This record gives sequence, C-alpha cells and structure tokens, in this order.
Amino acid sequence: MEFSALPFIIHIFILAITPPFFLGIIAKTKAFFAGRKGPPLLQVYYDLIKLFRKGAVYSKTASPLLKVAPVIIVATTFVAGLLLPITGKAPFHFEGDLILFAYLLALARFAIILAALDVGSSFEGMGASREATFGAFSELAFFLGLVVLAVTTNALSLNAIFQWESVHPTLKPVFLLLFFSFFLILLTENSRIPIDDPNTHLELTMIHEVMVLDYSGPDLGLILYSASMKLFLFMALTTSLLWPQPMEWEWISIGTLFLKIAGMAVAIGIVESANARLRLIKIPQFLIANFVVTVFALLVTVFNKGT
Amino acid sequence: MVGSVTGLIPAVFVLAGKGPLSSSLPIGLDLLSAFFLIAILFVSLLTALYSWGYLKGEPHMTVYCTFFPLLVGAMEAVVVARDGFLFLICWEVMSLASFFLVTAEHETPKVRHAGWIYLIATHLATAFLMAFFVILFKKAGSFAFDDFVRLSPLSASLSGILFLAALIGFGTKAGIFPFHVWLPHAHPAAPSPISALMSGVMIKTGIYGILRAFTFLGPPPLWWGETLIVAGIFSAVLGVLYALMQHDLKRLLAYHSVENIGIIVIGIGLGFIGRTLHNPILQLLGFTGALFHVWNHAIFKGLLFLGAGSVVHATHTRAIDRLGGLLKKMPVTGTTFLIASAAICGLPPLNGFISEWLIYVGLFRASQSLSQLPLFLSVAGVVGIAFAGGLAIACFTKVFGVVFLGEPRDPTIDGVKESSLSMRVPMGILALLCIGLGLYPQFVLPVLISICQQLDPSLLLTSALNETFSSLSTISIIFVMLLILIASLLIFCRFQLKSKIIRKALTWDCGYALPSSRMQYTAASFGEPIGTFFRVLLKPITSSRADHFEEHVVDLSERSFFAPLFQRANRFLTFVRRQQRNRIQDYLMYIFMTLVILLLWEVWFGI
Repeated sequence: MEFSALPFIIHIFILAITPPFFLGIIAKTKAFFAGRKGPPLLQVYYDLIKLFRKGAVYSKTASPLLKVAPVIIVATTFVAGLLLPITGKAPFHFEGDLILFAYLLALARFAIILAALDVGSSFEGMGASREATFGAFSELAFFLGLVVLAVTTNALSLNAIFQWESVHPTLKPVFLLLFFSFFLILLTENSRIPIDDPNTHLELTMIHEVMVLDYSGPDLGLILYSASMKLFLFMALTTSLLWPQPMEWEWISIGTLFLKIAGMAVAIGIVESANARLRLIKIPQFLIANFVVTVFALLVTVFNKGT
Repeated sequence: MVGSVTGLIPAVFVLAGKGPLSSSLPIGLDLLSAFFLIAILFVSLLTALYSWGYLKGEPHMTVYCTFFPLLVGAMEAVVVARDGFLFLICWEVMSLASFFLVTAEHETPKVRHAGWIYLIATHLATAFLMAFFVILFKKAGSFAFDDFVRLSPLSASLSGILFLAALIGFGTKAGIFPFHVWLPHAHPAAPSPISALMSGVMIKTGIYGILRAFTFLGPPPLWWGETLIVAGIFSAVLGVLYALMQHDLKRLLAYHSVENIGIIVIGIGLGFIGRTLHNPILQLLGFTGALFHVWNHAIFKGLLFLGAGSVVHATHTRAIDRLGGLLKKMPVTGTTFLIASAAICGLPPLNGFISEWLIYVGLFRASQSLSQLPLFLSVAGVVGIAFAGGLAIACFTKVFGVVFLGEPRDPTIDGVKESSLSMRVPMGILALLCIGLGLYPQFVLPVLISICQQLDPSLLLTSALNETFSSLSTISIIFVMLLILIASLLIFCRFQLKSKIIRKALTWDCGYALPSSRMQYTAASFGEPIGTFFRVLLKPITSSRADHFEEHVVDLSERSFFAPLFQRANRFLTFVRRQQRNRIQDYLMYIFMTLVILLLWEVWFGI
C-alpha cells in the first residue's frame, strides 16, 4: 500500500472537522422552504462546544456501558470513514473493505441499541427495537447494493468501486437505480424524514432521538458528532455514484467534494421539507420497496454483462 | 479432563506439520481430523473445568460424571475413525451419551419430551448414515475409508443418492434446516455445560461428516454446491428469525446454532461450486471461511452457553423476560457474554467477523465471476448472510439488553451473585480467544489452507489468493487502530469530565417520576415488529392485555413437515398393530413370507 502523508492528513481533517457543517446546510434549506431565517450554518458546532463544556447526568439504572457506547460509536464511524475515498484514494483500502465498512457501521448500531436498553426506559426500548428492525432491513438493501456495485465495477474495494478508470458511468441506468436506492438507505440509516423525524418532540414516534434520551453533556455531544459524521459518510458514498472522485489526489478535489456534498445536503433538505414522516408500520414496506429497486439494478447489471 | 490434555498433544503436532499419523487400528489423524479434534478437546477441557463449579450442589452427578467423558471420548473417536463400521459405532455412542446427558434432569416432563425428540431425530439420521455406509461397503467391499476414496468416480445417480443420504444424515446432527427440530428442544433441556459441548462441538461432527463423506464421492457436480448454498441460506435466515422470537435463553441460543451452521454450510457450498468450476479462489475462500467459522462458533457459542449456564445457575430461570440488570451483579459473566454476542453477530474486531468476511469475499467474487444460477445463488448468499447478520444484531441486543442491562424484572433475582472462579476462568479464556483470533487470524490461516489442499490435492494457490489474505493483515491494523482510538477517547472523556459536575438521576420517562422495573421493554416487545412483519411465515401467537404482552412461535418445519409426517406414521403403525393378534400361526406365516421374498430376490438379482 503506497502511502502519502498530505492526502492522508487532509482526509482525516475533512472527516473530523467538516461533518457538522452539512447539518447546518440541511437546516438552512428546511428553514428556507418554511419561510424562516433558520439557525446559523455553524449552529451544530456551537451546540457541540456547549455540550462538551457541560457536566453529565447519568441514570441510576445505567451500567458503565452507557459511558463507553458513545466512544465506540465515534471511533467506529471514524474508522469506517478511513475506508471510504472522499477526496482521492482512501487511506486504507484492500480487497473486501466494503464488508468491513458495513460491519463497522453495524458495530456502531449494536453499541447504540445496547446503550438505549441500558437505562431500562420503555421509551428507549421502543426506539431500540425499531432501530434493530429497520437496521436489519436496510442492511439487506445495503449489501445488495454493494454486490451490484461489485459486479458492475468488478472490484472488491470501495476505493476501486468509486474511482472509475476510463468511462464516466453517470448515465448508465444501473447507477441511477443504485443512486436512488442508496439515497433511501441514507435517509433510513441517518434517521431522516420520511423514516424518522430528527426534530420531533414526541417520544412515542421517534427512533434515533428516543434512544439517546438519557444522554447529556459530552456524551450527547459525541453522539451528535458521530451522527453528523455518519451522515457525511453516506452523503459522500451516495454522491460518488453520480460524480466519482478523480483517480489521483488533487487540491481541486476538496472543492468538488464540498460542492457535491453540499448539493446532497440541499437535496435532503428539500426531501425533508416536501414530505411528512411515514407511519412506523409502513417503514418495513418502504425498505422492502427499496430492496426491490436494488434487485432491478442487479438484473440490469447481469443482463448487461450477458450481452 | 486428563484425557483431553493428552489428546490435545498429538492433534497439535499434526497441525504443526508433522504429517499424518497412522496405526494398525482403523484410526488415523490427518489435518481435517486434527482440526476438529482440537476444537472438541479444547471446548471439552474448558467445559469440564466449568462443570466443576456448576455441579456443586446439583443432583444428577452420577449421570453427568459417567456420560460426560463418554461423550467426549466418542466425539474424539468419530473424528479419528478411519473405518465406516467404527465410525457408525462411535457415532451411536456419541448420540446415546448425549441423550443421557440431555435427560439428566429427567424429573420434568419437558426434559423427557426433549430427550425423546432428540433420540428419534438422531436415530433417523443414523438410519441415513447406515444406508450411506452400507452402499459404499457394497461398492468397495470393505469399510475402510481408504477403500472408499479409491472408489471414485462413482456413477452420477449413485453419488447423487449418497450425497443426499450424507446431507440428511449429517445435516440432522449439524442442525441444517429443516432437520434442526431437535436442537431447540434438546439444548435447553440439557445442563448448560452439556449444551455448550453439544452446540459448540458435537453438532460440528456433522460438518466434519459432510466434509469427510465428500472426499469419498469424487468431484462434485454443480447441483451439490447449489443445494448446500440454498440449505445454508434457509438455515441462516430462518434460524435467526426463530431465535428472535424465543423467550427461553437457551432455546434462543440453540436457534442461533442453526443460523451459524447455515453460514458454515453456505461456505462449504461455495467451496464445492468453486471446485466444480475449477475456480481455486472460490474454493479456498469458501472452505477456509467455513472451517474457520467452525472454530469460531465452537468458541463463542460455547462461551454463550456457559454464560447462559451461569445466569441459570444464579437465577434458576431461563425466561429472558424475568431477568434484567445482571451486568452489575455478574460483571465477568456479563462482559464475556457481551464479547461473545458481538462475535456471533460477526462484528469487528472479533473472530466472527473474520470468518464471515472470508465467506463474504468468496460470495462477492463468485457473483463477479460466475453466471446464471450460481451467480444468483451467490448474490442470495450475500443478502442472506447480511440479513441474518442484521437480525442477529437485533437478537443479541435483545438478549444482552434484557438479561444484563436495565433493572431486574423479577424481585427474586435481586440477591444474585457472580458465579464461582472455576466457572469464570473458562469463560474468560474463551472471550480472550474471541478477541485474539479476531486481531490475529493469520495464525490459523496456513492450517486452513493446507486442509483445503488435503480435501482437494489438485488445488492450486494463486496470486489472487495472496492478495485476499494480505487484506487480512490490513484488517488487523485497522482493528488495532480502532481499539487504540476507543481507549484514547475513553481516557480523554475521563479527563474531560473530571472537573465537571456529574449527577445521578432517575431514568427519563417523559416526566413520569416513578418508573418501575415492570415498565421496561421486554424481549417479546422488542421482537414484535419483526414478528409482525414475518407473520405469514412465523405465525406468532400473541396474547396482549393492557399491561402485558407475549408472543410465541412454533417452528415451521416442526409444524408443517415433521408433525404431519409423524401423524401419518402413527396412523399407519396403529393399523399395523391392529393386525397383530399374537397368534403363533400369524408369526409363522410372516417368517415364511419373508423367506420366500428373500429367496425370490436372491434368484432375481443374484446377490
């Protein structure tokens, strides 16, 4: 594995610093559609700083697991970020790293579900149960999407999948279908409308927010931070389907990265403004519909290959 | 116990490359045997140590002490036997010894029922195996395995029949869907160390049998691998779905054995497809993944059953919905159980991830290089394992969350204490192995590769293979990095919070100030969304009142395959019994008729 310091440092820097910014863009877009002024673009940073300055309140029921879980979530999300090419080659890439990427995110989910069950609240149990169910369904579509990508590009590493060598694939139907499917997975995995409403205030209807009810102070900060990072990763992954990275690292690729992810954030903002949250009972159907779209993509790939 | 230690030494020698041992007895030890032997002996050793603490104050010591060594001995003999006859005898001794261990607590009718189901299942399996070996004996003229190997190539139809006989016979022992019905009955009934032994290693003798049997049958046609992959996908997904719906801790773990056997069988099926299509990479990835998963499953499932045993020993209940908050009372049991849960879900950085990764990469490669049916099967395999993995996460967060986290749901378990040292040490060792094999799998890989070469001597190692295996070292680096990152963040958070005010408060329940432990989410509620989604398949029986919710499922294969089958059999046998009037003339006539038929057969076929 060749190793060059500058892209590596910039990769880590982008991964660690920028994700909360894009949450700001989503909030601005939604405010624009609602006719409000909206919070400042850097609001999430202010929130994070405020949270890190605070003390913490822990439930009497909780075990040490509650304190360890946010750290595990941040660390796994960050390491998953090291496998994904965002400005050039990913810092770590090898055959089959896409499986590790998916499983690192699964580990984060495992940790957050356990943390939710740790405090013994029925509301958080409800959230945990929903997260576990919907997580299994979205994993189904996610892995099928990965297989289709692997078959189409004949590669087994995220790095190679998202960096096409000669042809620009944008207008192939497979990628349009996959883009659609990954976009829906993005919405599911990151608890956005229409799956889950990040701004809801009714515990009974929440998924992600209800699981972290008992977190406060720096721990809540870590969870918020990791959620923004996860959203960033999914946005980078999804946009790369239509706008792949250049093969070699260049300064300009940082600019294009910001441009495309900001575009994605605006798109999410528009979707969130234009839709209402689905009823919880409809969500598995939504996810299975998404799975079917991915199956179509698979069929298209296979028939293309055959001819 | 001493026997286990002495047995380990030659097994390690063979794996270390000293070459196969052989002797005048019809036994032998090659790499494949040694590989399974090590798993058997290692887990037996630790369970023996564990039983020391577990059995204190338990009745049934005599049964236990008699049949435990017998079971271990029989399992050893099964994997070293080099003769069909000896193999069958050892197989039967193993089954019977485990039957007596399952029924050790025979006072309860449920245990007797479970023992009965186990006995029938295992004998049906043996019937198929007997057919398998007798047909081979007919062809080869001896029972020796070496003669069996020399037989190939057999005719296509004969080897097909033999394949199915072996698959049903060994598959029943291994617990492949739909022959898994005995597992969820027998495992909860048996004392916990025995469940650990049976689920950890005894069902692996079925996998050993499948692999060994296929060395006799010559080059496999494509449909063998395809059948195996389909059976594996069904076992994996349905096993975990049923597990999710269980409320009995050990029954749940038993269904997870079905899931993991499914994953192993997918790996073996992939290996066979690779072998048929002369694709060494698929063959290697499939077989190494499957074999590695055999070890890993022995480790973490053994650990899970021992952990469940500690819980049952301390609380005297297996009902998940009555437990809660045990992590604070039993920290060692809880932590090791958590590690094993993460490992069985295939989560990094533990051993389960590595073996599943190998199978995944194999299936991904298969979907890239194959076409038509094998292509779709390998995609289905990826999706199946992924879905099973997602559901396994749901299932184990449910188990761990409800049993070890939160508050006790039943006041009787308030005074629970951590189990004794001899029970904690084996669990600790197994948990360390989960981490160790996850961080440094390269230790086992060369052995796995040479086993694959033994299974198929014509196998070539290609450079693409090295690439895949060198990925494993990158994975190790990433895992170490992940652990360091977690540790440093933890220390950082500790410092961060040092100067801050930290308070303890009640759990937030939307402003309600008096939460009671009965208000917590239960395992049944946790699994309800999935149960509802799959209601067509699972047919859950729910009972809910304003303050109470329960959900139960009956096994699909038990409900719609075995129950009708045995009902028919029962009807037929009742009919036969009615014809029996205990008159000597009738019996003489039966004997005469049998002789005539045999004579005609002799004349006709000239046997």
